[in-house]
Amino acid sequence: MGRPQSVPRRTAQAAGEPMLRVEDLSIKFVRRGQEPTIAVDSISFDVQAGQTVGLVGESGCGKSVTALAIMGLLPPRGNRVEGEIHFDGTDLLSLSDKQMRDRRGQELAMVFQDPLSSLNPVVPLGVQVCEVLERHKGMRHGAARRRSAELLDKVGVPDPTRRLDEYPHQLSGGMRQRALIAMALACEPRLLIADEPTTALDVTIQAQILALLKELVTESGTALVMITHDLGVVAGLCDQVNVLYGGRIVERADRFELFARPRHPYTNGLLASIPRLNSPRGQRLKPVPGSVADNIPWQVGCAFSPRCGAASELCRAEAPHLERDEGGAGHEIRCHHPVGRPSESADDARSAQDE
Amino acid sequence: MLGYLIRRILQMLLALGVLSILLFAWLRLLPGGPVSALLGDRGTDEDRANLEAALGLDQPIYVQYLKFMGRIFHGEFGPSTGVRPGYDAMEIFLDRLPATIELSFLAMLIAVSLAIPLGYLAASKRGRLLDNGLIAVSLVGVAIPVFFLAFVLKYYFAVKLGVLPPSGRNSIGIEGTRVTGMFLLDGVLTGEWDVAWDAARHLILPALALATIPFAVIFRITRASVLEVLDEDYVRTARAKGLTSRVLRGRHVLRNALIPVVTTIGLQIGALLSGAVLTERVFNVRGLGQALALGFETRDYTVLQVLVMMAALIYIVVNLIVDLTYAFIDPRVRLG
Repeated sequence: MGRPQSVPRRTAQAAGEPMLRVEDLSIKFVRRGQEPTIAVDSISFDVQAGQTVGLVGESGCGKSVTALAIMGLLPPRGNRVEGEIHFDGTDLLSLSDKQMRDRRGQELAMVFQDPLSSLNPVVPLGVQVCEVLERHKGMRHGAARRRSAELLDKVGVPDPTRRLDEYPHQLSGGMRQRALIAMALACEPRLLIADEPTTALDVTIQAQILALLKELVTESGTALVMITHDLGVVAGLCDQVNVLYGGRIVERADRFELFARPRHPYTNGLLASIPRLNSPRGQRLKPVPGSVADNIPWQVGCAFSPRCGAASELCRAEAPHLERDEGGAGHEIRCHHPVGRPSESADDARSAQDE
Repeated sequence: MLGYLIRRILQMLLALGVLSILLFAWLRLLPGGPVSALLGDRGTDEDRANLEAALGLDQPIYVQYLKFMGRIFHGEFGPSTGVRPGYDAMEIFLDRLPATIELSFLAMLIAVSLAIPLGYLAASKRGRLLDNGLIAVSLVGVAIPVFFLAFVLKYYFAVKLGVLPPSGRNSIGIEGTRVTGMFLLDGVLTGEWDVAWDAARHLILPALALATIPFAVIFRITRASVLEVLDEDYVRTARAKGLTSRVLRGRHVLRNALIPVVTTIGLQIGALLSGAVLTERVFNVRGLGQALALGFETRDYTVLQVLVMMAALIYIVVNLIVDLTYAFIDPRVRLG
C-alpha cells in the first residue's frame, strides 16, 4: 500500500517479511434466519518465498475455504471474512474487486482439485492458456500461443502445439492437471495455491505432478500453499505443515518434526491410520474414530475431544490454546494432553504407532 | 456424420408417413365434411352424391389415401375445396408461407434477443428483486393466452392510441414489388423504404403477441442454465485467472449455458406455428395459420392435410438443423 511503483518485485522478501501472512483469518457462513457457521476460526500462518507450506486436514476442516479466501474467490453473499491476509505487504481483504482481479492469475494463482471439471469443456485448451497471458501480459494472440506451447512443454505435456487446438475431453487426467498447472504458472505468480491437485489422479501420475510442482517452486522461488488430506503429499513436498481441525490449526511443525514427533492426538491418529508395507497381512486399518459430525464447538471445549482417546473433563470444558511445544523448534500444538510426553501418554502413542 | 444424416432423414420420412395416415383418418372423423360445408342445408341428396363423387369422397378411405399419396409423387397435391377452391393445396401453402415465416422469424428474434440477456441478468441477480420481477413477468408470459394478449395489444395500441395499424400486412395503396413475399424483406431488398416501414408497422403487434411464450420459456431456460454454469468448477478457474468480466461471461459462462437454450429454441418453433394460427386470425394476417383456420371451417381436407404435414416437416427439419449445430457448439458431441 502506497509503495512507489519503482520498488523492485522482491522487496518484501528482502525485508524478511513473508510473502504471505495470514493473520487471525475467520470465515463464517451466514444464512438469513440461521446461526452463522464458523468454517475457519482465526487461523494464522506465514509462507516465505520459495517455501512450501501444507494445510492438512479432513473434509470440512476449512482448508479449501481458506484458499478461496486468499484468492478472493469466495462469493460475497453468504460468507463473512474477517482478519488480514497480507500478500507482499498489501492486505488483500482491503482491495477492491478490480484490484483483486488484476492480481489473480498474475501474482496469485491456484491449481484446483478436479482437472476435468476445472477446465472449460467447450473452449480449446490453447485459448484457456492464452487468455491468462493476453489478460495480464498484454500479449497478442500469436505471441500468447507460442508462449502457451512453451508452458505446456515445460509442464511435460507432449506435442504441445497440437494440444493447443484440442479440447479437455481429448486429454488424459494427468495431462489436464498439467495444463491447469501451466495456466496457473503462465504469469510466474509469486504465490501458488494448490488445492488437492493430485486427488483425482492415479498414483503414478500423482508422483509426477508433485515432482513437477516441487521443481517449479524451487526454480522460481514461488511461495506454495499445498492443501491436502494426504500425508504422503505432505511428506514429499511441504517444508512446514499446519494441521487443521474444525477450522482451527491444532498442530504446526516442520515436516520432519511432525512425522517424527506428532504431538496432537489427531495428527497422531492420522499418521497411525496410514497402512504400512511392512505391517503384517490381515491387519486392520486404524481410522481416527468418529467423524467431523461429532465435533463440539471450539467455544465450548476442544472440538476433537469427542473423538479423542486422551480427552478429559478439562478438554470438554475449556478449549486449549495454540502453544509452543518446548521440545521442537517452531513446533506448536493446541492440546491439553499432547501425545508423546514421557510421563502421560507416551506408551499409548508408541503402541499406536508400532502396532 | 453422413450416416447420421441418412439415419435422421429416414426417421423423418417414417414420421411423416405415419403422420399422413393418422391425419388422413382424423380429418375424416371430424363432424361434417367438405360437401356439407360447400352445399350447406340447401343441397338435395342428389347434389350431395354428385359432389361427393366429383371429390372422390365416395371411395373407400384407403383408396382415397393411396390416390392422395400417388398424386404427391407426381408433384400434385390435390385441389382445395374451401380455402381457395380449385387451386392446388401446395400452391396455397407456398402463397401463405412467406407471411408466416416473416412473422415467426421476427417473433423469435424478439424473444431470443430479450430472453437471453434478461435470463443472464436474472441469474446474476439471483434472489433479488429484479430476478423475482423477471420471473413473474415470464410466468405471466407463459400463462396469458396468446389470442387474449393479441386482442389487448390490438385494442390498446391500434384502437385506443391509434399508433399502429390494427390488422393486415400492408396499408391500402402501399404495394411493394414482390420478391420473396415477405413484405418487410422485399421493401428492404428493393429499397422501397416506405413499403418496408409500412410492413414493419403491421408486423410489430402480431410479432409481440407471438413472441411472449417463446420469450418466457427461453428466459427461464437461460436463467436456470446460467445459474448451473456459474457454479461450475471451470468458472471458478476462469475467475482465478483474473479474467475481465466480458471474457468470463462470454467465453466461459454463456458458451456453456447456451447449449440447452439452443435446443429450446428449436422446440419453440412448434409453439410459434401453433401460436401463428391464433395471432394471424386476430390480426388478419394472410399466413399459414389463417389458412389453417379457414381450412377447418370449410373442412378442406386436402389443404389441411398438406398444411399440417408441411408444418411437421418444417418442425422436424429445424430441429435436425439444431442437432447439427450442436456439433459446432459442443465439441464433446460427435454425431455418428
